[in-house]
This record gives sequence, structure tokens and C-alpha cells, in this order.
Amino acid sequence: MAENKTIECDLAIIGCGLSGMAAALFASEQGISTVQTGVSGGMIFASGLLDLMGVHPLETGNKWIDPWAAIEALAMDIPDHPYARLEKGALRESMEQVVAFLGDEGLPYLKDGENNSEMITPLGTSKYSYYVPQTMWDGVKALKERPPCLILGFDGLNDFSASQIAGTLRDQWPGLRWHNLQFSNSGTAAGLVSGDIMARDMEVPENLDRMVSEVCPHLKDAEAVGMPAILGMERSHEIVEKLSNELGARVFEIPTMPVSVPGLRLNEAFTRGLSAKGVKLFFPNRVIKWEQDENGKLLLGIGRNRPDKWIRAEGVILATGRFWAKGLRADRDKIRETLFDLPVLQPGERKEWHRREFFDPRGHPANRAGIEVDDLFRPIGKDGGPVFDNLFACGSILAHQDWMRMKCGSGLAIGTASSAVDAFSSFNA
Amino acid sequence: MLIIGGGVTGTGLARDLALRGVESLLVEKGDINAGASGSNHGLLHSGGRYVATDPGAARECHEENEILKKMAPHCIEDTGGLFVAVEGDDEKYAADFPQRCSKCGIPCQWLDPKEAREMEPVLSTKVIAAYLVDDASIDPFKISLENIAQAQDLGADLLCHTEVIGFEKENNRIKTVRLINTNTGKEISVEPEQVINAAGAWVTEVAALAGIDIEMLYSKGTLLVTGHRVTERVVNRLRSPGDGDILVPGGTVSLLGTTSIRIDSLDRIRPTIEEIDLMVDEGSRMIPALKGLRYIRSYAGVRPLLKMDPGLDDRSVSRGFMLLDHTDDGLENFATVPSGKLTTYRYMAEKTADLVCERLGVNAPCLTRTEPLPSTPSGMWTEPALGPKRWIRENHDDPLLCECELLPKSTIESIVNSIHEHNGDLSLKAMGLRSRVGKGACQGTFCGKRISAFLQETRQMEGAEGLDDLRAFLQERWRGERPVLWHSQIMQAELKEALYCGSFDLETQT
Repeated sequence: MAENKTIECDLAIIGCGLSGMAAALFASEQGISTVQTGVSGGMIFASGLLDLMGVHPLETGNKWIDPWAAIEALAMDIPDHPYARLEKGALRESMEQVVAFLGDEGLPYLKDGENNSEMITPLGTSKYSYYVPQTMWDGVKALKERPPCLILGFDGLNDFSASQIAGTLRDQWPGLRWHNLQFSNSGTAAGLVSGDIMARDMEVPENLDRMVSEVCPHLKDAEAVGMPAILGMERSHEIVEKLSNELGARVFEIPTMPVSVPGLRLNEAFTRGLSAKGVKLFFPNRVIKWEQDENGKLLLGIGRNRPDKWIRAEGVILATGRFWAKGLRADRDKIRETLFDLPVLQPGERKEWHRREFFDPRGHPANRAGIEVDDLFRPIGKDGGPVFDNLFACGSILAHQDWMRMKCGSGLAIGTASSAVDAFSSFNA
Repeated sequence: MLIIGGGVTGTGLARDLALRGVESLLVEKGDINAGASGSNHGLLHSGGRYVATDPGAARECHEENEILKKMAPHCIEDTGGLFVAVEGDDEKYAADFPQRCSKCGIPCQWLDPKEAREMEPVLSTKVIAAYLVDDASIDPFKISLENIAQAQDLGADLLCHTEVIGFEKENNRIKTVRLINTNTGKEISVEPEQVINAAGAWVTEVAALAGIDIEMLYSKGTLLVTGHRVTERVVNRLRSPGDGDILVPGGTVSLLGTTSIRIDSLDRIRPTIEEIDLMVDEGSRMIPALKGLRYIRSYAGVRPLLKMDPGLDDRSVSRGFMLLDHTDDGLENFATVPSGKLTTYRYMAEKTADLVCERLGVNAPCLTRTEPLPSTPSGMWTEPALGPKRWIRENHDDPLLCECELLPKSTIESIVNSIHEHNGDLSLKAMGLRSRVGKGACQGTFCGKRISAFLQETRQMEGAEGLDDLRAFLQERWRGERPVLWHSQIMQAELKEALYCGSFDLETQT
């Protein structure tokens, strides 16, 4: 270990998905000197929506318009769920803090009072979410009021299909039509168009003007126009506003399949904003080795393949996510935590990990496996005590939750990040 | 002439008869290759596997192996095959192997274990004996599709999703066969002169409708698909046939199999986690790398075996061909092909067609020994490497709908057309039986949604029907994925669920 390359900090955050980013935000706003590492987080796979809580109990598929009431019911029924450890006011404040930050970074969000909003998904199904990007907000209204509406797609933009959305919704929404546009600028050799290239193109005023003139003939009676979320990488809400004014119809974005532009927007907003707040970001780097020094501080060796820098931290927050993000690893016999080999709450034998029906409403037990923590969000060992006094965990790696089925991913990521940072602060005080 | 069953036997028979000028109607209760013909190893046996247990079948395999390599080369990759024994295996079995092969006329070349490892570097260092044989890999989907395509060109008819629900008999003959379209519920009747029951695992049910009792055994076999091709050749364990002892290359992947588990019911055939673990452990004794590999999915099929000697275990029951003439059961125009092998399907079809022609008084020789099987568009998309080859070569204005298998929109269109030509019902599952759709690493995550969108856009499927079809397709993929959800594949499964449940909320839509 080369001492001269060691970076000293109060808090090191491992992971750059929503939970790691939120933790870095909370830490920096508390004035904690913070270092963050990670490899292209789950963030770029995000749809841009910030879910809080949607479905409980899973068996019944019961959807809640009031997520706060749903959380109360959940905490009663599943007392080990991470939400049961969060104080409601703190959860609310942490969400507000993230949304305020994103607003400052050019990604304003809206919500319907204390309630969930119903959103159009890229399949044309609908789902409940809590905070909705402003660029998508008129879609919430359109889905509720169902005015004459046009869904626009683009030839070659493979992961967004206007016809599929309109086809799925047509029985409940007779005034819904679809049309595909050509957007010649972005065509590649194979006729494919990538969302991020289109989004950059949309920031060029001439391209936007041309699109307006191409859309106009198809508008007819449409009062609202749904488009794939490719309207600019930055300040997209201004592009949406401009389009709405020029078309004389309310334009809204609909999420696309990953890697999606709203995911990239979030990633960029966090990276930019956190840097500005003084968080030292080391992306893309993973923690390859760790040690504990004689004072109990944790040393993290980071790099791409082997450690080329070391971080010495008073405390560490583990926000490494689940299988996709490689925070957890499944071997044939057991699920493991990949970095510290922390104890993982197991979902039984492998034959019990997943149910026979993919869409079994109860969800798959493997998705509730994960790290168990104490009241200070410290991973606990077999004896029930913390594995390290100064190691905290947050986000989807936590056990006893199924964010995909409960639709609680963002709230869980943000709320537990806030609690983990608070726990670290009290530890470090 | 009515043929019941659209597997490799039924489609092969339809072609054989068509070439002799006999028109037939083939009815299939599901879709082409929906049974064992679509869920096997894709192994064109050299015969080596059966030299000890069933020399007759071994000899048949060898002869057919040679014929098919000449007559249907586009369905076959002539990989060659190895038989290898590892430390701890029965040395006597290994020592007797070449002599047994030669008794059956099967070419077999001794190899120094070192030489075998040079040919296939992934082989275990514990290989103690190795022989080179004429095994090959055969595309079972393509074989059936090509057979039925030529039969249809020559006048045969095909009705998929059409099930036999009753026979009306008169004067020791089947006079009328009642059929039902399983999708629409519409019934029709046909009056064939001859009826052949080639319903595979379902022959008992069909025969029972005619009052004939056929006792069958059902043995489930599970296979595992690797993420990439592990060996150039087929690799067999040189021992008495057992679990997880054959690895067959299939284009860009390899297939590890199989198990043999007696089952009582044909419902819900699915691979289990115990079988998968057993095969990985056994297979890794020949090829240690099989322990750490990425597996994309698994699948299970049923071997229908005619019940004969109650003392035999399922692997000892002859896999050889048998034709049950039901004249003695009181029906002169009815016969059943109860079981058989992919490798010898042509021979089974020939013998069955001989019987039919004799009964019909048709004096035409079998042509499938000498007449090559034509290559047609309906069979072309089953080939794993074709998508990539085609797409890279033509790389035109044709967006990819499936990135794992590189299938562009034009290919999807041609698969849809071939389903229409088979009078089949359009669904994502039906497309999977005719192509590589959904078979790559993402297991339908991206292609499922895109192709479903394509079907909406072209108005082939509308409204909620599209969602139901997508759900059914994802469930079908899940059956094969579920037993291999560790390492990489559990990551893929998580991404799939994050999209379809987390983002699309498909599980709670009504």
C-alpha cells in the first residue's frame, strides 16, 4: 500500500446508484468530507420516476394511491422491512431534499400532494409513482382525463413503440392515436437511433423547429402529445414547454427502455451537483481490496482491475446494490455479499429462490434476501451485533424488501441513505 | 391419409408420402416441434452410445447418420464426436468400446488422451481413454420445418392447433376422425383412408380414442444451454449411458445433457434444480470448466418409450424404432409409431410410409434415401449463427429487434409469414419454435417487448392480446431460466423483473 496515494476522508460511499448518490448528497450537505466510488450505477437504468410505495400486500396486488398509508400498513405487516425503521418525517424530508437538489440541477419534479400519480409506462400499462419528472407530468394528467391524444414514436428508436402504447391503452382511451416520425439526423447505418444522440439533437433549435413542422400535420384534434423521453439531456422541461407552446398541445415525455435518457439525466445531474458540493467522485472505480487499520478506520483500495488508490475513511456506507449491480452474488449454493463477505439473509435452498411463475404475485424469495442491519443501519453478524462499528448499508442491498414488486425502490434508496448518513454522523460525533 | 403429430416423425412421414405421390393431412394439437422433437439434444448419433445396451439401435443410428449427412447437410454440422472416460470410470467398458463399435459397423478411432486434449483443450486432465466417432449436431427445428415445407409444396396439408377428439369406426376401419381447433373450439370431421398416430408422448391418448390400449413409459430428460460454445465436437462420456454425460455443440452454444427421470404425467414438464446441479457436477468430470460457466437456460423434454419388459430401466428400453400395426386390434387402417429417435426419424418415416403404401396399394419406392431435403425459408431462422451472418453481411436499413441473436425486423417478418403458411397461430411462443427469438442471453427481456411492439404496429396483434402474449412468452422463457439462476443469469433475471415488474407493473395489470 503506497501511503502517498492515500486519500483521507470522513466518509467513503461505495456505489453510485440512487442510494449512493443520495447518501453523498446528504453527507455533503452536512459538511462531512466525502469520497464516493462506483461503476456506472443502476442509475442509468432508471426510468426517471421516483417511486415511494405502491403495492401492498403483494399477494393481493393492492395498489395504494396514498403511499404514506401504504408504508404504515407495510410497517405493521412486515416489521423487518427497512421502511419500518424509518421515521416518516425523516423519509419525507430526505425525498424533498433530493428533489430540491435535482431541481437546482435542472431536473424539476412534481407530485400530486401526498398521493401517488398514475403513469403511462413504455408498454402502455400504467403504474403508480410518487415524484414525477416535470417533463412527464402532463402525461399523468392526460392519462386521468383522456383527451384526444397523439403518441409519437420515431422510426429506428427501437425501445419505444408508439403503436404498442396506443394499442395497449386503446380500449380505455378511444381518442388515443399514434404516429411514427422519421428523424433523419440521428439515423445510423443500421437504421437504429439511440436516445442519447436524439436527446442531444433536440437541444439544437433548428432540429426542434423541424420536428414541430413534421408533427403539425398529424396533430389534428390532439390536445396532448406523448413522446419518448428524448427531449434534451439538459433543461428538458424547457424544451417540453417550448414544444407545447409551438404545437398548441400539452407535450409530455414517456419513459423508454434502458439505457434511458431520464436515467442519464439523473446520472449527470448527480455527478455534476455532487462534484460542485465538494464530494470527491472516483468513477468508474470499484473497491478491490479493503483493510482495517489499528484505529478501526477502513481502508479501501480502489481501481479498475487492481487497487491504484487507497481511501482511508472514518466510516463507510455500502450502497452496492443487488445482483445486477454486483453488490450481491449468487453461487449455486448461497447468496453472498461481494465486498466484505457480510452475512446475507438467505432465501432458503436454491429451489426456493424463485417461484415457478415469473409473475407470481407474491414475488420471488431471492429478492428479499440481502443484508440485515441494526437500528444504525450497520450490517449485523451472526451474533446480532454490528460487523464493524463504522460500516453502514443502504439501498436495495438491504434484506426484507422487494422494491420491484412493492414499487418502493427510490424511497427505499433515499430514505435509508439518509438514515445511514445520520447514523454515521452520530457515530463520528 | 391422416397423420397425427407434428414432430419430426410426423413431418418426416408427410414428406416421404408426398414424394411417393400420397397426399396427406397432418394435424398437430400444438405447434410444429412442440414436444420431444423441439426439446432434445440436437445430436445426430454415431451409434456409439448404444453399442453396449442396444446394438440394433446403434446400427440403425450409424446408417441414418450417413444418409442424413448426405441428404440434409444444411441441417447438420458435421462436428465429429469424442467418447472419453475419466479416472474412476469403468475401464472394462472403455476397453470393450472399439470392438463393440466394429460389431455394429460403427467407425471408431482410438486417440491418445493427450491427443484428445489437443483437439478439445477443455477436456479434463483425468481423461484415461478417448475415441473419435462420427457424431454430429443436427438442428431438430429445422429438420421438421423443412420436411413439412416440402410436403406442403407437394400437396400435403397442415393444421396446427388441431386436436383429435374422436374416431368413428365402421367395419374394422376408422371411418371418420373428429378434430377440434384448440383456439377457436371449432370442430371438423375428416374421412381418411389411413391414419397414422405419430403423436409422440401422446400416442396413448390418441390410441385410446380408438379403443386401443398402448402402454408407454415417459422419461424426462433435462438439458442445459451454455452461454458460448464449449467444444468443437460432441463429447460423450465413455461409460454406460448416465446423467450429464453428453455435451453437444449447437451453433454458438453447447448443450449439456441429459437426465432420465421416470414421470407419470405429461403435464408441467419442467427442468428442476436438482437435475441441473447433477448435470453440472457430472459434466464437469469430463470438462471441469462446466462448473464455472454461464448457463443461459435449461429445458426438458419427454422420451416416449414403449413399455415392454418391466425389469428394464428407462435407459435400457430400446430407443429403436417400432411400428404398431393395429390390424390385430381390429382396425385395419390405423397404425402407431410409438417412439424413436431423432437420428433415425427418416428410417421410421420410410417404414411407416411403406406400410401405408402397401395398404393403399400404392407402388412407389421411398425417395428420402436419395432425394436431398430442400432448404426453404421457413426453416432458415432456427440456425443460431444465421442471424449474425446475415445481419453483418446485409447491414441495411433494418433495425435489430433481437440483439442477442441479431435478428432484424425483416427476419421477424419472415418468421411471421412462415407461421401463417403453417396455418399456425401467431404468438411470440410460436416464433420461438421457429427461430432464435428469446433464446439469447437476455431471455426475451428486450426482444420480447420489441417484437410484441412490432406485432402491434403491423396490426397482427391488438390491445390487451399483446400483453397476454408477452406474459405467456416471458413465462415460457422463465421455465428454462429458473433452474439456472446463479452468477450471471440471476443478474439478467433481476434486470428483466426490474423492467417488467418494477417499471411496467405488468404483474398487477388486469
